[in-house]
Amino acid sequence: MALSASSLKVGDSRTEVVAENLSRTQIVQYAGASGDYNPLHSDEIYVTKVAGFPTVFAHGMLTMGLTGRLLTDWAGDGRLLSYGARFEKQVWPGDTLTATATVESIEEAEDGAVASFTVVTVNEAGDRVLSGTAKARLDP
Amino acid sequence: MAEWSFPVEAGHIMMFARAVGDPNPVYHDAEAAKATEVGGIIAPPTFIQASAQFNPDYFLRPKIGQLWFGSGKGPTGSGAKPPEPVAEGGGGSGQRGGGGGVGLHAEQHFEYHRPIRPGDVLTPTNKEGKSWEREGRSGHLQFSETITEWHDQDGHLVITARGVGVRTSGPSQS
Repeated sequence: MALSASSLKVGDSRTEVVAENLSRTQIVQYAGASGDYNPLHSDEIYVTKVAGFPTVFAHGMLTMGLTGRLLTDWAGDGRLLSYGARFEKQVWPGDTLTATATVESIEEAEDGAVASFTVVTVNEAGDRVLSGTAKARLDP
Repeated sequence: MAEWSFPVEAGHIMMFARAVGDPNPVYHDAEAAKATEVGGIIAPPTFIQASAQFNPDYFLRPKIGQLWFGSGKGPTGSGAKPPEPVAEGGGGSGQRGGGGGVGLHAEQHFEYHRPIRPGDVLTPTNKEGKSWEREGRSGHLQFSETITEWHDQDGHLVITARGVGVRTSGPSQS
């Protein structure tokens, strides 16, 4: 179901938990699916002894992918015109991530209305791990 | 960089959607997807990153017969010289910045011209992006941008990806 311009207003927002107690295995699963096998994300020995991080951490693109679900659940399949994200903080195994999208504007474009959203994903401590924007095509 | 393209397969889309925790049937169930507005299976919004699987030069994939810099018996058990720790700089382009310190993926932006579908064969064209510097909490930061345009088998633009990588002067904890 796609969103319609008549039922949406500036300031509307939607929140979803997009990861709960993020597992190391899911990070490995993302490495396998995406093809980014950087040992920073799966190799505890490398990441602690060579790279100097406390443990492995999620690909920024995993956080962006998890957060994307909120946008497509809300805007509908194939409705996104753009989606951009800034990775603000690392996401660690065990994190629970909550994403919120908010309507910033609704504009009439050539082929219908377009909604602009801001997107924020926070961890269980409330720290922002991702901030972004998206645009989606609306029904009339 | 060698010419290459990204053949999009339904099974790959299903595995990617699972990895990003999205149970939407439009990503894995052909019958259910038929009944949706898009009329068939499509890929999730960040799927183009998985093009890395098909990039012959992608440096964050172990290659048959070559030493890998991750751990084996020890921290660099393969015997390969470890590169500076670096996270993918965006766009699946497999490019990496120079200089010391740690490289991380700072931003990623996509513009969608149409949904990606199984059967698409997408070919990347890299465009020179900007680079800039600033002082951050963890020291000097160098940013570099990569823009990749993906065209389909008919020459139509499907997705434009813009990745920003950042290198810090020391290990970043943030």
